[in-house]
Amino acid sequence: MAPRLLEFADELRREGMAVGTSELLDAFAALREVSWTDREDFREALAATLAKSREDRRVLELVFERFFFRAAEREAVERGQREIGVDADADGEHGPAELDVDVLRERIRGALQGRDGSDGQLRDLARLAIAAFGRQGEGSGVIGVDVQRIRRTLGLRGQAPDHELPDPESVPRERLREFERHVRCELERALIERTGALPPSKPLRELDRALPSGATQDLAAVHRVVAQLRRRLATQGREHRGRSRSSVVDVRRTMRTSLQTGGVPLELRHRPRRPRRPELYVLCDVSTSVTSASVFFLSVLHALHDSFRKLRSFVFVERISEVTDVFERERSFDAVSRAISGDAGVADVSGYTDYGRVWLEFLDEVVDDLDSRSSVIVLGDARTNGRDAHAAVFGHIAARAGRTFWMNPEPRLYWNYGDSVMAAYEPHCDGVFECWTTRQLEGFVEAIADLRPPARST
Amino acid sequence: MSAPFQSIEQTRTALGAAGYLAGGSTALVSFLASRLGKPVLVEGPAGVGKTELAKALARASGRELVRLQCYEGLDEAKALYEWNYRKQLLRIQAEAAPDGEAGRGWNEVRDDIFGEEFLLPRPLLSAISAEDPVVLLIDEIDKTDQEFEAMLLEVLSDFQVSIPELGVVASRSRPIVVLTSNDSRELTEALKRRCLYLWLDYPDVERELEIVRLHAPGLSQDMGRKLVEVVQMVRALDLKKPPSIAESIDWARALLLLGAEDLDGAMLEQTMSVIVKHRTDLDLVAERVGVKLTDRLIGRTAS
Repeated sequence: MAPRLLEFADELRREGMAVGTSELLDAFAALREVSWTDREDFREALAATLAKSREDRRVLELVFERFFFRAAEREAVERGQREIGVDADADGEHGPAELDVDVLRERIRGALQGRDGSDGQLRDLARLAIAAFGRQGEGSGVIGVDVQRIRRTLGLRGQAPDHELPDPESVPRERLREFERHVRCELERALIERTGALPPSKPLRELDRALPSGATQDLAAVHRVVAQLRRRLATQGREHRGRSRSSVVDVRRTMRTSLQTGGVPLELRHRPRRPRRPELYVLCDVSTSVTSASVFFLSVLHALHDSFRKLRSFVFVERISEVTDVFERERSFDAVSRAISGDAGVADVSGYTDYGRVWLEFLDEVVDDLDSRSSVIVLGDARTNGRDAHAAVFGHIAARAGRTFWMNPEPRLYWNYGDSVMAAYEPHCDGVFECWTTRQLEGFVEAIADLRPPARST
Repeated sequence: MSAPFQSIEQTRTALGAAGYLAGGSTALVSFLASRLGKPVLVEGPAGVGKTELAKALARASGRELVRLQCYEGLDEAKALYEWNYRKQLLRIQAEAAPDGEAGRGWNEVRDDIFGEEFLLPRPLLSAISAEDPVVLLIDEIDKTDQEFEAMLLEVLSDFQVSIPELGVVASRSRPIVVLTSNDSRELTEALKRRCLYLWLDYPDVERELEIVRLHAPGLSQDMGRKLVEVVQMVRALDLKKPPSIAESIDWARALLLLGAEDLDGAMLEQTMSVIVKHRTDLDLVAERVGVKLTDRLIGRTAS
């Protein structure tokens, strides 16, 4: 079993979990204490010792499922065993012989709604469904397609998320997902049995490993990254402290000190360098072309406001509008987004972004406050809808501000296609980043920390 | 130094007897913690019984609970040990007083003012130097800074404390260590590596019903189920602060005190403040849940 476990740990590492030797030793120690025959205990013991966060736990569960399922199947293939067939395994009285799709549909729905269907029961139902479905001869051979077809045949619908309209036909989503997992699992098993070989193992899909999360959880993730950002920005000033050569001599204090040595200025006194207090100007595009991203951006902004005191935020579509006070007034994210979409008054007539005009207005509004201590962060897709980009004005802003960063919610591939004028703005920025997940946001934070002043753009 | 728990099942029963209904992995992890002597890192939303788990472990194993509440700025003088400066000073004055012999007196004094007699043990040190094994609870570890975590590493992995003037104080007994975190900050890898990990989440309806009925025995089955279903529904809303288990227990007790016969929209309106603690949340709950209660959409499964 030890080599198996090492393989398992290897697989976990491939999925990006940090599993060290010490964790493995713990796992072995833990497995000495629990019985190996109980699948639940076995998995929990591994989870407690190997997975060190909620995300890791989720990945471990998925990998565990996949790994030991495959391991068992491989064993079966090697030994040439075949299952006796679905018929014998399904419970006796409702054997597939007299299986009626309608009856089956009722039973499955009942099991899914009742919350009391055990794991094994669900699996049996999944097998029955596959058997009934197979008889209709619609199997496509592609597992993903088949799962969806089976679900449709059974008429299973997930509940609407907001519980507003309780539909007696629908079933709870988690239960449905669980059922689908069983169906998928059984289909895979059948496929392996037919072909007598294991399909190549695939890495987990990003979608699968993501936690089933609500908006608040995403918000929490963003907050975590932003807290990191704050640390990075706050410590940035310190790096310069060592270079006293470039600091300014404090004449007054030098003269004072020289009095001790009879008026001879033996020691130069420098003016202390004040650590940089980051002043942030964040401009956030909230137009329709970035609708999907703007919720994310607003949550970034929301988190920034929690962390930085000297922060002014602006939202823009056609015109720009300062929303600093909205964020300061409203604590909850929902209220903020409502207030902004309600009365920020950023869309004029067309509702299309006009970057050029935004720069002009921004410059007008804050030009006196911008100095080398301030950082400007733009969140937007740089799609001007064919209007004048006014890159020179943006260049002027960037020149006045200490640092300028651009976060673009589109993949780099799409930049400069169509009406995107990213190339016009890019040379003025200290860094441009594609950014639509929290992980990329983390990348942004890291890049900021590494960026040396002379290295313009990436 | 025998482990207090013999099997997973027995751990579960013992915790149950101590008033803590352990979920699937909780009993297993507690059992492993006592067998392997590794600290447990418990994470989860506020109010799911993380701290309570440590207390229950202490009750179940008959050990004393030593608690270290973490907060920002907590340092080793408050967590590990401190020298009793005043006592040291008195000692110096008492010993070094005779004139002329100041030199000799000082040499003697210097050696013994850094003895155990002058040491003020703080929670961590007292936990590992206790004669009888204890349960050590380090609560809300995510509230401290990373430096403090680093300081914990020695205690957690080797169960010892190095005091420069004294040497290493090794543990006399191995405590069960429970660290709790609200996940407000990512803990360092080094700390996590030394711990078993347990994620506690809100329980499902059945379990929560059991918990509520354990702590508010007077509540009828129907009423309890209805209450728990409402609480679960409230949790599903996107609230600032979702109600914790402790709050559903409080609510059950409040309803008992009020002698409520049934949980309907009006009752919810009056007692809602027990489970919802934000003005904006109150409106949201009244709007989304209150209506359903009045229309009798909740609690149908019970009848």
